[in-house]
Parts: sequence; structure tokens; C-alpha cells
Amino acid sequence: MRRALVLLRRRAISSIPVLLIVIVGTFLLLEAAPGDAVDAYLLSIGGGDAALVASLRASYGLDQSTLARLWLYLTALAHFDLGWSVTFGRPIVDLILERLPNTLWLMGSALALSFSLGSILGVVAGARPGSATDRVLSIGSLALYAVPSFWLGLVLSVVFSVQLRWFPIAGIESIASGKHGLDRALDIARHLVLPVSALGFIYLALFLRMMRSGMAEAWRQDYALAARAKGLRRPRIVIRHIARNAMLPLVTMLGLQAASMLGGSVVIESVFAIPGFGRLAQEAVAGRDAPLLIGIIVTSAVLVIIVNLLVDITYALLDPRVGAAEAAA
Amino acid sequence: MSMQLATLRDLSVLYRSGSTTRTALASVDLDILAGERLAIIGESGSGKSTLALALAGLLPDNAERSGQIAWPGLGRPPVPGGDIGFVFQDPGSSHNPVLSIGEQIAEVARRHLGIGWRAAYARALDLLARVRIPQPKAALAAYAHELSGGQRQRVAIASAIAAGPRLLIADEPTSALDMVVQAEIVALLDELVRADGMTLLFITHDIALASGFADRLAVFRDARLVEAGASADVLARPQNAYTRHLIGSHIDLATPPLIVGPTR
Amino acid sequence: MSLLRRILGTPEGAAGALILCVLVLAALLAPVLFPADPLSIVGPALVPPFTDPALPLGTDRLGRDVLAELMHGAGTSLAVGIAAAAMAMIAGSLVGTLAGLAGGLVDEALMRVVDAFQIVPSFLLALAFVSVTGASLPVVITAIALGAWTGPARLARAEVLSIRERDYVAAARVLGMRPLEIAFREVLPNALPPVMALSSVIVAISVLTEAALSFLGLGDPNIVTWGSMIAEGRNVLRSAPFLSILPGLALMLTVLGVYLFSEGLADALARRRSRA
Repeated sequence: MRRALVLLRRRAISSIPVLLIVIVGTFLLLEAAPGDAVDAYLLSIGGGDAALVASLRASYGLDQSTLARLWLYLTALAHFDLGWSVTFGRPIVDLILERLPNTLWLMGSALALSFSLGSILGVVAGARPGSATDRVLSIGSLALYAVPSFWLGLVLSVVFSVQLRWFPIAGIESIASGKHGLDRALDIARHLVLPVSALGFIYLALFLRMMRSGMAEAWRQDYALAARAKGLRRPRIVIRHIARNAMLPLVTMLGLQAASMLGGSVVIESVFAIPGFGRLAQEAVAGRDAPLLIGIIVTSAVLVIIVNLLVDITYALLDPRVGAAEAAA
Repeated sequence: MSMQLATLRDLSVLYRSGSTTRTALASVDLDILAGERLAIIGESGSGKSTLALALAGLLPDNAERSGQIAWPGLGRPPVPGGDIGFVFQDPGSSHNPVLSIGEQIAEVARRHLGIGWRAAYARALDLLARVRIPQPKAALAAYAHELSGGQRQRVAIASAIAAGPRLLIADEPTSALDMVVQAEIVALLDELVRADGMTLLFITHDIALASGFADRLAVFRDARLVEAGASADVLARPQNAYTRHLIGSHIDLATPPLIVGPTR
Repeated sequence: MSLLRRILGTPEGAAGALILCVLVLAALLAPVLFPADPLSIVGPALVPPFTDPALPLGTDRLGRDVLAELMHGAGTSLAVGIAAAAMAMIAGSLVGTLAGLAGGLVDEALMRVVDAFQIVPSFLLALAFVSVTGASLPVVITAIALGAWTGPARLARAEVLSIRERDYVAAARVLGMRPLEIAFREVLPNALPPVMALSSVIVAISVLTEAALSFLGLGDPNIVTWGSMIAEGRNVLRSAPFLSILPGLALMLTVLGVYLFSEGLADALARRRSRA
């Protein structure tokens, strides 16, 4: 445990400069955009006179120099103030906190589903490399991996929502249903089945393939032969020796895929009309709302850093070789 | 005449990969006597490791075996781990890196002795003490990468004998270790085998190392058994030219230097 | 060329190559068979597929020829995929090689930048970039490359770090080759093969990302892409699902072809190494 905490502290500290680069970089990138949120707002209200434009700009602080605005932004960030959204007319922090839980439920479920089911199927395939089961799972997973997630979402909703009517077609819960507690949770779960599947199946294929190839690699190692020489029962060899080693790269991959899945949630939330964080990004782009977009990107970066830290600790707990030298020092 | 533990008759092993076939063993006739220490001597490619794998039932899928291996000393086919213990050459890779060494010893005992985990770990503790690992209690929870090469081999020996097997096969167990550690491991093997009445099959390329403790020597060359007999006999009166060559090529401190000439 | 023959020898490589050939053919034949703008209206709206021989795959909501759109879209998808991958690989390899050779503070600084790009979800980054510069094909390609260059950068750096210490580099130094010469003649050629293997994954991801961007309406509005076709088809999903399903199948086939080909490539490379 101590080993893991030493690693955690080191990783957390080295994340700070990276986060700074993200913040400054995003800020400067969106600076380069011609026109700003005020322009988009004016477009939506059909134009306005110069005085209105100037006063809007002044009130949103959009008339100051880049460096000044960057400094203001950073100081505000230190107080967890992400600024004001022109499109929604609300503090950005509120918006994000309101939308984030939905996306976290979506992503969390999709990651859990894809990791667990993918690992299990990967172990089944990797228990006997080259067998018929292995071949079927390999080809199936390759096909699944090639599917665009938003298209899968559409297909699933056509089949299961429109034709079979098993699941609701959109949204995260029945509007104004007035449900509470367990009822509400079940309602949300029903709404999430298809989006989670659309988002998760592709990653399931990824984990399946990784586990399978990891196991094929582990079978080639000396300790696999040694386990057979010990006359251990096959399930024990497959799970405790082979899979236990093969799963290590998957844990690392879990962290890497968190960022990818956050991006994937943008399209899935669009397909299923889920009021989430990803959808917010799309709305920010449509509204040319630079502060909101920056806030979203910064929040994403923080989320990914947190997930990676958790993954690092988990990996250190699973692999006794990691960080042993540093903890001893 | 001791009883035979195992008899090999006309044993041949071929490896097929693609269109090529490699003969690893050709028509080997050999007896392994119960309780003896038999050394298999040969250089790389002589087939000595294949012999060990064939006896332990660990040949890879692309190997074709012909001939017979009979086990009159057991009366039934041997159980890997239970009747045969195997020590591998490379102590760095023959341990599972993510499981504790205690678990890797205990699992053998649990599998073959019909005991629970607690008893199995207790036995592992005993074995670690027997193979003279310092602080055996702490070692139970340690991992392979925390030990030295010599210590890892001791642990490997402990796992191999955990179920009290009749035959202990050691495939070049000291080739990856330093000279001083080599001597310790060989001494340990010798002591354990005597104490438990096991049969030892010691595979090596070093005829001098083997002659120090083996009862019988079997010399292999190019997949064939060229000579076998009591150690003293083979060393004093080698029948085969290759055996003579092996003995003659042995280098020790008394050997004259290989490179002659002015040195600076 | 013997490498190509070996790739075609594997079932995966052959299947992948076949699919990719069909796609390239479709892309090349599109301006020949359908010289008119695929976004032009050619018939009545929502004609189902396989009913009218002149419109083999039917028409969409506005009466545009689906087959023409599909075939023109093939060119777009392949072009974007390959261009974005090439940009990502070149930029990434250069940065990674530089970091690996320079070492010290330069290496640290560059790696923090790589970290920063990796932490931000690449799709969000692409969204932000497209929103800044407006949607056109070069912008989309750059936006995708912005998210994909970090993989080749890390890989190139790792390769350079390991090769740097190898004997033939030391030999070159002893012979008096200058650092830049060493970089290009000794280190880079040997660092490339693993980066090439990564390239097929990047092509596949680029194709899918472009489709997603188009689906959200952030692609180039003047050309037809499979992603925009799916978005269009979404409006009539209940009555004419084929409009969304067909371009999705095309996407799937493309990505599958790329992956199969790369599996064949990996097999062929592995076999050559084991024989050597």
C-alpha cells in the first residue's frame, strides 16, 4: 500500500504542469477563433447596435487583451470559478456539475461492462489459443471493433426501441415522471441500456482482444511451463497464472480508454438525446461559447487525470514489481 | 541391482515446424534406477533437455514422440508435480512474477497432498527452511523479483519437492548462476535427494560438476546416447571418443593457459 | 514487394487487401460512373434500394442518388483517413525522435506537451479545433491528427532511446559521424517499423473520427461523407432505415479492411523476424 501511495503522490505532482499546459493551450487556441460568443449571441438575436456590442463585450470581459484575460481566467480557476456561459446565461461550473453525473453514469457503466465482459470473454478465448472458440471470438471482436459507435447506437435504437419497443428511444429518464428512489434508478437504468451498449461494445472488443493476446503471450513464458510441470489443475493455471499476468496491460488500457470514452460520449449523447457533459460540448461549439468549451476541456482533463491516478494505484497493487525501488528508497 | 524407476526404450522425439523436421532424440535406451543420482551430460543441441521434458510429459505440441517410457517403479503413469518434480534452468523466468513465492510452493502441496491452504502454507514454510532461505516467514509473502538468482533456484527446488515426488528432474539448474552459488545448489540437491530417498536426474553440460556427486553418467551427443555407466568407470575408462573429448576439454585451475604468447 | 506477397499469404492480409482494393476502386470509379455532383438531386425522394435499376440503392430525403453518395464518400473517407494518419505519424515521429535524441530539459518539456495532448479527449480537441477554424476538409484532417500524433511520438521516442544505446550507433559515433547524420541514417530507419505498425490503427481511428465529426454536422458541408449520410438518414430513421444503415456498413467494412490488412502485416513481419 505504501508503495502505491508513494507512486500516487509522484504522479499527482507531475500532473500539475501538464494541466497548466492544457489550460493555457486551450485558452490560446480558442483565442484564435474569429468571432466570439458575443458574435454568436448577436447572430441569434438578429444583430444589435455598436453600443450594445461594446457593453456586452465589456460585461463579459471580452474586450481586454489575451494575456490579461488568461491571467484573470487562471486566478478565477484557482477558486473553482470557470466563468460565465453566454449561451446558457449561467455560471459554467453549475452547468458542468449539472450535466456531468449523467455522463459519468454512462461512461462508468460502459467501462465496467466492457472491461469485465471483455476480460471474461478474452480469458475464454485465451484459455485455448487457436481453438474454434478462440477463432470465433477473434473474428467477432474484430468486426465489433470496426463499428462506428454512433451508428451502432442508431441501429440498436431502430431494432430495440422502434421495432421491439423494449427500451425508450431517447433521454436519460422519463420526463416529469415524478419517480423517486429505486423506481427512478430503474427508469434511468432502462434509458441507459442502449447508450451504454453502443458506447461499451466497441471497447469490449478491444479488451477482449487485448486479454486474448496477453494470454497467448503469457502461455509462451517459462512460468506457464513451470505451472504445467507442477501438475496444477487447468482452471488454476488459466486464471491464477496466465490471466492474472495478462490482465495487467488491460488495467493500463483502462486509463487510456477513459479519455477516448469521454470523447465518444459526445456522439452517443447526441444520438440518444441524453443531457450530459458530452452533449454540452456540442452545444458549446454550436454557440461558439469559448469559455464554456474551455471549461469543458479543462474538466475533461482533470477527470482523465483522476482516472489515470486511480488506474496507476490499482496497477501498483496488482503488479508487485512496480515502484518497489522507489518505495524502498 | 536396484529396481528401475523408469525405463526408456527406443525413445525418439521429432520437432516439426512448417516443412522442417528436427530430430531431438534418436532411439534412446536408458534405465533410471530408483534412488540413484543420474547425470545427463551433453552440449547444446544434444537432446538432454528434450529427454527431461519427455519424461515429465512437457513436450510442446509440435513434438512427435515414438518409443516407450515405462514406469515399473511406479506401476502407473506419473503425475507431474506429484511423482515428478521439475527444476528449470532460468530462475528469473520460471516463477510467476505476480504471485507470492509462498503461494507458488503451497499450491503444489495443496494440489497433490489433498490438504487445505493453511496446511499447505505451513508446509511451504518448512520447505523454505529446508532449502535454507533466510527468514522463511517473511519469504512466504515475498515475490520472485525480490530474491537473488540463487535464492530463486532454492525456491524452485522447494516447489519441486513440495509434494514429495519420487523423481526430481533438474534441467541445468545452475547454468545461470555464479560458481559459488552453483556449488551450494548442487550440495543442496544432493542432501535433499539423499534425505528423502528421491531419484535425481541432473542435466548439465559440465561433466566435472556432475562427476562430483552423480552415481551414474549418461553422455549424449547429437540426439543419441553415446555412453552410460557408473561415474567412476566412465571418467577413468571412457569407452567413447566423444566422452574422452569431453573429459579432456575440461578446464580447471590446473589446466595450462589457452592463449600462449607474450602478454602485457 | 516480397513483404506484400507474404501479407497476401495470410488469410487476414488477403481479406483486408481485397476490401481495401474494392474501396479504392469505388473511390476511383466514382467520378467516372457518377460525374455529376453526388449532392445533386437526381430523382424522387426516398426511393427504396433495389427497386429502380437506374437508382440501384435508392435515393435519400432530397432525392440524391445513394450509390453515388456512397462511392464518392469512399474517396473522402480513405483520403481523410490516410492524410490524417500521415500527418500524425510525421509530426509525432519528428517530435518523438527529437525528444529522444535531445534528452534532458528538451525531452522533459516535449513529453509534458505530449501528456497534455493525451489527457484531453481527442474528439473534444477535434471539436474545439473545428469550431475555431470552421469546417473544411483540411481542417478536419488537422483536427484528427491533433489527437493522434501522441502515439507515434511516444513510440518513436522509445525506439530512439533504445537504439541510441545500441552498438551500431556507438560505432557510428566512433567513426566520427555527426549527431544529425546519425539521427537520420542510423536511428530513424530502425525506429520506423513499429511506428508503421501503429499507422493502420491511426488510419482506422481517423476514418471513424471523421465520420463522427460529419455526423455531428462539423465536417465539410460541401462534400458528401458517410457520416453526413448517416446524419441525414437519421431524420427518416423509422421509414427509411437503409439510408443510415448502408453508409454505416461501408464505414465498418473500411475499418475492418484496414484492421485485417494490418493483422496480415503484423503476421508477415513477425514471421520474417522469426526466420531471421
